[in-house]
Amino acid sequence: MAQALAQEMEWIARILSGERDLFHELIRPYERAVFLTAVSVLRDATEAEDAAQEAMIKAYRGLGSFRGDAKFSTWLTTITLNEARSRLRKSAKVKVKSLDNTDQAEDYTPFLVADWREIPSETLEREELAKQIERAIEGLPPTYREVFLLRDKEEMSIEEIAEALGVKANLVKVRLFRARMMLQKQLAPYLKRELPQRRRWFSWLGGRA
Amino acid sequence: MRLDCKHVWPYISDYIDDTVTPEERRAIEEHLEHCEICSAILDSVHNILVLTADDRIFRLPLGYSERMHERIGAELAKAAPGDSPE
Ligand SMILES: [Zn+2]
Repeated sequence: MAQALAQEMEWIARILSGERDLFHELIRPYERAVFLTAVSVLRDATEAEDAAQEAMIKAYRGLGSFRGDAKFSTWLTTITLNEARSRLRKSAKVKVKSLDNTDQAEDYTPFLVADWREIPSETLEREELAKQIERAIEGLPPTYREVFLLRDKEEMSIEEIAEALGVKANLVKVRLFRARMMLQKQLAPYLKRELPQRRRWFSWLGGRA
Repeated sequence: MRLDCKHVWPYISDYIDDTVTPEERRAIEEHLEHCEICSAILDSVHNILVLTADDRIFRLPLGYSERMHERIGAELAKAAPGDSPE
């Protein structure tokens, strides 16, 4: 981890002193994360791709201002969030909710299940299942969606997310909790229904034998 | 510390992230041991997170990386890096 950071700092210094092409290598590990960050705000793959490209260009243009007190990935996340949010504000189609009005207490009761059979990742080959999960995430309130994707998709730490968003770690935790519970409530009934419970099938066989 | 189901739910998220205190962890696990409902809820949340993390959720658009590097290449050819992202 520290080694990767040292490597990045070295590359950045070299890029700044003229080895521009190294920028391709510098950002390669973050291409996916930058796209996901943009998606978390814009909810549209085409728009997110444009925003991701623009964010990378801005990172290049501002590389001299990167001081290394935050991780490069966190710095990049902040630039991407700013880029995506400014696009969102400009697009007349989408109404931006006030950043605070989603942080009020609501009821976050989970969907009650008596037992849960693990749904294996292979089932995501079914397009419909993957789409259903994406739609549920897209349907989260914006501030919850951002935190959720940064944490559970990009696997940033709570502290990194707090730094990138400029909010307190506790607020990140609260939003994350709510996002996860909302998704559980929405997806658990669907996933349970979509995938027949094999356990029941086996116990039925067992009962017959 | 004894917990009702309702009081366990707010901890599920922190429990998954392992940001609960040792005392909270003990109380939660004690509850989970005899409560099938909360265990199943925890499992379902955890399972949904595993599915979300899969690369098949929010796939990159086809050709995304190529287009990205093409755009960057054009910028690199045009100008040296600067001090301001704007
Ligand atoms: Zn319980």
